[in-house]
Amino acid sequence: MADFLINTVGLPEWLAWTITALVAAALILNVIAGGALVFIWAERKIAARIQDRLGPTRTGGRFGWLQSLADGIKLLAKEDLMPEGADGMLFRLAPYISFCASFCAFIALPFAFDFVGQRLNVGVFFVVAVLGLEVFGVILAGYASASKWSLFGSMREAAQVVSYEVPLGMCVVVPVMLAGSMDLVTIAEKQSGWLSSWYLFHDPFTFVIFWVYVTCAVASVNRAPFDLAEAESELVAGFHTEYSGLRWSFFFMAEYGSMFLVSALAAVLFLGGWNGPIPVATLLGLSEGTGDTANYFVRLIGCGNLLLKATLGVLLMMWVRWTLPRLRIDQVMTTCLKYCTPIAAAMFAGAMLWQLAFPGGVVRGISRPAGEIREGWLEGPGGLSAGRGAVGAKPTAIPSAATGTPVVPTLESSIESRDVVKVGS
Amino acid sequence: MRGPGFLEQLETALPGSVAGSRLDALDPWIEIEPSRLVDVCRWLREKSEVRFDALECITAIDWFEPDSKKAAKATWQPHTELVYHLWSTASRVSIVLKVKLPRWKGDVPGQLPEVGSVTGVWRGANWHEREVYDLSGVWFTGHPDLRRILCPEDWEGHPLRKDYEQPLEYHGIRGR
Amino acid sequence: MAQLIDDDPRIIEFDVRTDEMLVNMGPQHPSTHGVLRLVLRTDGEIVSEVEPHIGYLHRCAEKIGENLTARQWIPYTDRMDYLAAMNMNLGWSLAVEKLMQYQVSERARHLRVLIAEMGRIASHLVGMGAYGLDLGTFSPFLYAFREREKILDLFEEACGARLTYSYITVGGLTADLPPGWLRKCEDFLDQFEPIIKEYHALLTTNAIFVKRTANIGVMSPELAIEYGCSGPVLRGSGVDQDMRRDGESIYTAMYDGYAFEVAVMKNGHYPRDHQYPPVPADAVIGDCWHRFFVRMLEVVQSMDLVRQSIDRYSACKGPLGEPVKLTEKIPAGDAYLETECPKGQMGFYLVSDGSAIPWRVRARSSSFSNLAVTHELCRGCLIADVPAIVGSLDIVMGEIDR
Repeated sequence: MADFLINTVGLPEWLAWTITALVAAALILNVIAGGALVFIWAERKIAARIQDRLGPTRTGGRFGWLQSLADGIKLLAKEDLMPEGADGMLFRLAPYISFCASFCAFIALPFAFDFVGQRLNVGVFFVVAVLGLEVFGVILAGYASASKWSLFGSMREAAQVVSYEVPLGMCVVVPVMLAGSMDLVTIAEKQSGWLSSWYLFHDPFTFVIFWVYVTCAVASVNRAPFDLAEAESELVAGFHTEYSGLRWSFFFMAEYGSMFLVSALAAVLFLGGWNGPIPVATLLGLSEGTGDTANYFVRLIGCGNLLLKATLGVLLMMWVRWTLPRLRIDQVMTTCLKYCTPIAAAMFAGAMLWQLAFPGGVVRGISRPAGEIREGWLEGPGGLSAGRGAVGAKPTAIPSAATGTPVVPTLESSIESRDVVKVGS
Repeated sequence: MRGPGFLEQLETALPGSVAGSRLDALDPWIEIEPSRLVDVCRWLREKSEVRFDALECITAIDWFEPDSKKAAKATWQPHTELVYHLWSTASRVSIVLKVKLPRWKGDVPGQLPEVGSVTGVWRGANWHEREVYDLSGVWFTGHPDLRRILCPEDWEGHPLRKDYEQPLEYHGIRGR
Repeated sequence: MAQLIDDDPRIIEFDVRTDEMLVNMGPQHPSTHGVLRLVLRTDGEIVSEVEPHIGYLHRCAEKIGENLTARQWIPYTDRMDYLAAMNMNLGWSLAVEKLMQYQVSERARHLRVLIAEMGRIASHLVGMGAYGLDLGTFSPFLYAFREREKILDLFEEACGARLTYSYITVGGLTADLPPGWLRKCEDFLDQFEPIIKEYHALLTTNAIFVKRTANIGVMSPELAIEYGCSGPVLRGSGVDQDMRRDGESIYTAMYDGYAFEVAVMKNGHYPRDHQYPPVPADAVIGDCWHRFFVRMLEVVQSMDLVRQSIDRYSACKGPLGEPVKLTEKIPAGDAYLETECPKGQMGFYLVSDGSAIPWRVRARSSSFSNLAVTHELCRGCLIADVPAIVGSLDIVMGEIDR
């Protein structure tokens, strides 16, 4: 989009970049805010169904699908209370820090091959690091609230999240190692093809470590059974005990945003990213080379794939939340330090050795069926003819009418020109 | 506890502690001298044949009739009566101890009657004695932490006394 | 010298002191079962002392009882343990009947068993569900309420009320069952029985649940007895005592001919334990898990008793009998009677001077004694264990504060 603005519209470069960044930010913000609305509604419906209730039924028609919007309006109208002894500035700042952290992490999250706010060559690192910042908001909230329950909540959160970063980091490193890149787009791209090329099914170690990742991810976003920071039966509401109105809802948006983010990250790292279980697009002959419209269509499918996977992850978290009792803080720490960390370390070592022993998979043809296609894909329009065989009519690259440039850069060029913002291009 | 020998055993072990008894009542009871109450309770819990290891309930009954006409017809003198319901888990029998106290210590209104605390015998007596103190106004000497339990700490009077009058106002809340 | 001390890195560690903190848990707190206030003295997450403060629901029901006739006080007993109001009605009715030497009809006796045991199931369902809530799982609570709702529907049909029934009263019951009620009750039991397995899956045998409850808040039998604990709390500590079997004759006579085994661990196993999930290896007798499990067993036991009473009740062809007059005079004297309520032994003490209005009434609350033991159990536990322990005592503040 920036290219378009510079080349076609003729805006100065700085303005073009700013506009592009703002548009990207607005899109991501909508994903989070809209996602939060949908997920809160979904959570209420799912919880209700699990518990043999109906949940919201009236607001906005039959299924109460406007319920979260109505709640949002109610929250907007509510008074933003602040306890008397609270540290005013920090108290106000805390929800925004939480929300910003959750929001920023989305920047590097690819929704499809090109649908990424900012493609980073250290994407994995960035997402995990920025997501870890969310804990600062929680700690500040607990500290600034001048409530002992809030303080307990934030201390628990600090202990828990910091501990779970360790196994989480180890889990994340395994796909990085397999892909040989920290770029989330590359990692997902390497898993294209059939179901079996997902890193989840790469080898037994990655399969195990995926579940370790799930555990750690649930813990690091404070969902039951690890929701100790807000443990409503012990700490009233934990770190957000003293919050009300919009500030409180920011914590919730951050929570749902993080939930979605870790699920999406799981999808990208282990579940093939935007690649479906069956490479439909490739089988149909739709690919980079078949034209911009087809190209865009493929990416939309990919985006849908990723959203679906991430949503399933979020639903799984909801299901767990409404089923299991909560752990105690020492048990949470035990789970992390005595189980998750050693298992993650062992699986990391195992995956490493596996990679060493079978660099191309156990049976090359079966485990990497889409290998050739993948490479062809990455080579862009020019390189597609070789090895495409049955599928490939010789594609012609039609320059996009809008941008005037070929939309898909090659892997190499995209890494080189990694500053290009591609959302909405 | 209807065993005939029981009262004799108690009297032999702690002479002068029994002030009266009625073993043919619905709930057979023994009246204890107030000064010997703690000794008797300890004996019942630790030494007697049937170990009364559980204190079920302490009740204070205020025998007082505020209406002077009715009071004249009463067959009893005004006094406060403490009733202890004991239970033996092993033998599954109960016993009732009664202690008669003056309504006010030395008949000076406002001076709570005193009796020894049995908290040292059954730890569970703690709350029961606090409740009796709170609602009926009996002072248990030797209680580790005797303060109001059900009423607020600054409440005045003891509601279960027959001459209790509800305050007109409590911290701005109308009483009557 | 001062310089030396300042430079010594070890000194700093002494300077970084951690202080104890007083935390107020309640009366507005989600897991204190009403308006209980616990003052916790904590060092970080570790609780060194718990002090319960009660009385927020105090309305001096005993004083009210001194101004009403015995039957008029029945609705006030409803409001004591409002989760098992039927059992409260029964306790007071029996205590008055004991002093009046009154014998209810055979039909009323079986109906009372039926109603009381249904009330026990309802109460234990709440206790179980709320305990799940204390441990952070919401769904079992609603599953429990779903079933309790059906019991309340049955009660509503029988007496018109859903919470404060005043159904069992001095001299019998206010009304006989409507036609078809027994059929519905049996239907309920039939559909409820398999659901208990769900509760076991969600709570009793759930790994996290076991971790949170096993070996937590262990109460020795001696401690339980000394504090006057009763009911599932006492039986959870392995003391074989149930007033339905060991109580006074006027109460045990009600259960004459009924077959039931007291739900208590004897010789290392519970009665009929082959039908239930095995006791987890971590669980110690007297801990929260056992207190919970005893309640679960009593639900099954009560279902069995209800089935028996349905048979007996329908076999009784005689009249139900009328309750005593509202202003019936009570003979002079005093009577104390403890009944086995779902929460424990509820004692009612009645002193009469011969008039219709009692001279003194006294309610010995089971939850009161059960709660008194909290500070012993919570010493040195974690904050998260406090709701777990208090929840396992299954208290009702209406009964404690009276």
